[in-house]
Amino acid sequence: MDAINWAAVAAGFASGIIGGMGLGGGAVLLIYLSVFAGVQQLTAQGINLIFFLPIGLIAVIIYAFQKKIEWKPVAILAATGAAGSLGGSYLVGLLGGDLTTKLFAVLLIAFGLHEVFFRKQKTGLQSGASHGILKSNKCSVEVGKDGKDTAE
Amino acid sequence: MKLTKKETWLAAGGGLGIGLLNGLLGSGGGLLAVPMLKKLGLDQKRAHANAVAVILPITAVSVIGYLTAGRVALQDAFIYIPGGIAGSILGTWILSKLSAPILRRIFGVFMIWAGVRLWMR
Repeated sequence: MDAINWAAVAAGFASGIIGGMGLGGGAVLLIYLSVFAGVQQLTAQGINLIFFLPIGLIAVIIYAFQKKIEWKPVAILAATGAAGSLGGSYLVGLLGGDLTTKLFAVLLIAFGLHEVFFRKQKTGLQSGASHGILKSNKCSVEVGKDGKDTAE
Repeated sequence: MKLTKKETWLAAGGGLGIGLLNGLLGSGGGLLAVPMLKKLGLDQKRAHANAVAVILPITAVSVIGYLTAGRVALQDAFIYIPGGIAGSILGTWILSKLSAPILRRIFGVFMIWAGVRLWMR
């Protein structure tokens, strides 16, 4: 039996975990391919995409057995997504990737930061804030530390 | 799961966005699937599970494109798949065990990482 390329197995394993969890964008495999396996960018992207098909399928089958899949929203998103994918490939030829790529990059980073630092919403009664501004109907009421309110 | 009319339109528009991003970049649109699904009422963990289902057919479309353009051959990916399948199974188990807030923050890190990589393209 030929020697097994354990690095490839490991890269696949790590990518599989991330992909199976719907985290995506991790690009563990992509990085391995370009840095360690010396594969060209587009081929590496292609491998990454092909790789995801069985990986995603296994995960979805498991989730479906666990009754976690909501087929209706998935169907809508997937169908319009597939159409959008064709449109996007067409667009990249027209627009040239650079500006849109940078824009998406910024949006992703901004949204990512939002997700990392999100605060659990507390209800007004529990917030423990020393003062808050409550709006009711048309007047603003400011509740000060001592509980007295000053209406405007 | 029942969707209101508004939610259906939202899903259609969001799906287009996911696909556009995917088509523009070759992959990565899946990151939008999670917040999109949350907007449709799914909790964090279900959103991640369903995101995989959403990305799957979109990826298939992209793969067809890549194959016909001759950028890659199917067998190029074979050596990574066995490890990947094992990882995928483990991944579904991890997803069931993680708390939603932790998952959300981990997801945020992955988004930032994807954005940084995208910027440096």
